[in-house]
Amino acid sequence: MNRSITATVNGEKVSTEVEPRLLLVHFIRERLRLTGTHIGCDTSHCGACTVLLDGVPVKSCTVLAVQADGRQLTTVEAIGAGQLHPIQKAFKEEHGLQCGFCTPGMMLSSFALLADNPDPTEEEIRWALSGNICRCTGYMNIVKAVRSAAVQMKQAAAVPAGAVAGS
Amino acid sequence: MLPAPFDYHAPETTEETLALLDQLGDEGKVLAGGQSLIPMLKLRFASPGHLIDINRVQGLDFLDERDATLRIGPLFRHKAAERSSLLASRYPVMAEAARQVADPIIRNRGTIGGSLAHADPAGDWGSVMLAMDAEFVLRSKGGSRNVKARDFFSGPFGTTLQPNELLAEIHIPATRGRSGGAYMKLERKVGDFATVGVAVHLQMDDGKVRSAGIGLTAVGPQNIKAEKAEAALRGQALDDATIKEAAALAAAAADPTSDQRGSVEYKRNVVRVFTERGLKRARDRAREGARG
Ligand SMILES: Cc1cc2nc3c(=O)[nH]c(=O)nc-3n(C[C@H](O)[C@H](O)[C@H](O)COP(=O)(O)OP(=O)(O)OC[C@H]3O[C@@H](n4cnc5c(N)ncnc54)[C@H](O)[C@@H]3O)c2cc1C
Ligand code: FES
Ligand code: FES
Repeated sequence: MNRSITATVNGEKVSTEVEPRLLLVHFIRERLRLTGTHIGCDTSHCGACTVLLDGVPVKSCTVLAVQADGRQLTTVEAIGAGQLHPIQKAFKEEHGLQCGFCTPGMMLSSFALLADNPDPTEEEIRWALSGNICRCTGYMNIVKAVRSAAVQMKQAAAVPAGAVAGS
Repeated sequence: MLPAPFDYHAPETTEETLALLDQLGDEGKVLAGGQSLIPMLKLRFASPGHLIDINRVQGLDFLDERDATLRIGPLFRHKAAERSSLLASRYPVMAEAARQVADPIIRNRGTIGGSLAHADPAGDWGSVMLAMDAEFVLRSKGGSRNVKARDFFSGPFGTTLQPNELLAEIHIPATRGRSGGAYMKLERKVGDFATVGVAVHLQMDDGKVRSAGIGLTAVGPQNIKAEKAEAALRGQALDDATIKEAAALAAAAADPTSDQRGSVEYKRNVVRVFTERGLKRARDRAREGARG
């Protein structure tokens, strides 16, 4: 039996019907056409599908779309809509990506980390990102990018449009 | 991958949840964090007709310590355990296990209760509960019963939980006097299930062991309570010889299999080394502080 759900996606209310077995990642990519969220492993291991549910990083391949009913959803499209967010700028400047497949998930985990801990150490960054796998960069430049974003965000105290700060 | 079709229920109270469990019987499955169940549904290892999502039931995410008991609710997530100052200061075995379960994103959703009900022999929480001598409150529409952790697990992914029952509460005897603990885990990479894990929980009186709990992860068909090792420690001062003897007994209690993570001999040896290190760490922690 289909269920009607209403979720706030990147600041906008979306009401629709979904089959209960529909995974959140398919809802986001195929129904909402927000293809910034990637499917890597499809087995809950890689973190490429990370989105924020009420501000908290979740693997959208391991959550049902019906579970987003009444909740706030933030995908990479909301980070820096219009102009590059400091996290995106830092990934670009520090070469925090190569193929870019892991990048949306990396940036959302980084976003949640910095909302919770604006001045993380290298160790804390590595820990917070340990659920996101990158096959290209060797992580060094990702860590550098998050450090650099922390510094820039402290200076600018910027908040991305439509995104929810939370823990 | 797409799960087989199912009906979805999102009760808002525990009573509603219990009524659904009662009505749906074998066909109903509780959805807590979903971090084991959803992968199982996707792989079609499970295809229940109904999911009962308890995430909208208020007040199930509690952790509190009263009447000499630490109580944990079924929606208390790994992340909350990782961040709890109460667990860090008084139940270090739990705090240390929490940060080593899966990865941070899984920990944001996965629950301790769900891990216990899932009963993966490589799951970390079962061993912690065995070491802490926990008791589980299993509620059904008709009533409620308490089952000790040591009587709960029955082989790989098996428990005494009935289809109409909810693991409604975890009870752990509150620590008193000087106590300490440790969770030692060997994993191939961060976020992996354990190759071997050892949980240690100690309570001391006047420099002697009042009670010792030791639980073993991933070295048998289920999480194992190393009861002979625990008994050998009771009433003893924790000198190096006593610790060595207990570690040998814990290794003997392990019943591992050889696989790509290691051989039987290797895993048993890791149990011995981890028990020794864990007991020393727990002893030092008990000496340093944690008086309750
Ligand atoms: C990539 C990955 C790595 C992981 N690594 C580890 C690890 O290193 N160590 C570890 O311990 N775990 C690990 N896990 C498992 C993780 O800890 C899960 O969170 C946990 O096993 C299940 O908890 P859950 O709340 O997600 O339960 P769910 O997935 O929602 O449920 C699991 C099972 O328990 C039942 N259930 C849940 N709650 C209740 C309840 N209150 N009453 C009755 N039945 C209930 C469900 O019906 C289902 O059968 C990993 C998982 C993944 C995907
Ligand atoms: S696609 Fe979801 S964790 Fe890899
Ligand atoms: S940039 Fe290619 S996977 Fe990370």
